Amino acid sequence: MRELSLHILDILQNSLEAGASRVELSLEEDLVNDRFSITVRDNGRGMDAAQIARATDPFFTTRTTRHVGLGLPLLAAAAEHCGGGLHITSTPGEGTTVEAVFQHSHIDRAPLGNIQGSLLAFVMSDTVAQTCDLSYRHRVNDREFTFDTADIRRELEGVPLSHPMVRNWLKGFISEGEKDVYEAVP
Amino acid sequence: MAKIKSLEDLKKVREDAQRDLKVRRDTGTRIVVGMGTCGIAAGARETMHAILEELEKQGIEANVETVGCVGQCVKEPLVDIMQAGKPRITYGNVLPDMVPKLIEEHLRNGRVIEEWVVGRVDDSVH
Repeated sequence: MRELSLHILDILQNSLEAGASRVELSLEEDLVNDRFSITVRDNGRGMDAAQIARATDPFFTTRTTRHVGLGLPLLAAAAEHCGGGLHITSTPGEGTTVEAVFQHSHIDRAPLGNIQGSLLAFVMSDTVAQTCDLSYRHRVNDREFTFDTADIRRELEGVPLSHPMVRNWLKGFISEGEKDVYEAVP
Repeated sequence: MAKIKSLEDLKKVREDAQRDLKVRRDTGTRIVVGMGTCGIAAGARETMHAILEELEKQGIEANVETVGCVGQCVKEPLVDIMQAGKPRITYGNVLPDMVPKLIEEHLRNGRVIEEWVVGRVDDSVH
């Protein structure tokens, strides 16, 4: 994938397919220690040890329409090519945590890209709009941008997150937050 | 700080949206964009945003949703349009620059763009 934000959108969908009602996405860019980590934690149905072991095997998927699943294998390969790797921890019935670590300055590390677009596409999906909340945290050195759709939903008093007016607000809100988080980066 | 101002804006947005919702509600049109690994790699995220923008520009009401892989990965980005009483039409390889014509022809003029169609379900019950 050309952008890390596309990998992120992809693995966020796994959480939805695992029936999660809450997904936490955390991006940590630590320029001092030259580290970029992406963590997705969900409360979906989880995986047992055998499933975790096979999760990065492209010929394993829980989907029944086809026999290949490329989301996690692609992310694992991207991280491994950039001096990092992919770590999965999971407990059946409790949830899954996927962490991808990259060397921040690695020449092959894809740019984060349009993270606003990925977050909006995820939030606009029907499941998230109705039954799942996303908590987001993006840290660059010691600057941070966070939001939680649960807070936004509460504020909206029944107006759906996918309403066009809300979508426009979200777009501006996320763009501003993302711009702000990079402010101190030369 | 910018964030606090934004949350105040949200209250205003909510009030406007609540008024608007009374007019809106069920539109009878559903647009589904494939957002599996294959779709994302083929540019489905940009296609979805193009659809949202075009609907707004043309003032058309529709519910836009995403789904995972449906198995026709080579035809991604796949866009399904479902309208009450009409066959479900699946368009393939829908790139953002095709979206204005798609919305204009299919939704506004009610004409299916046959050369882009890759699937059709003639059952009007979805």
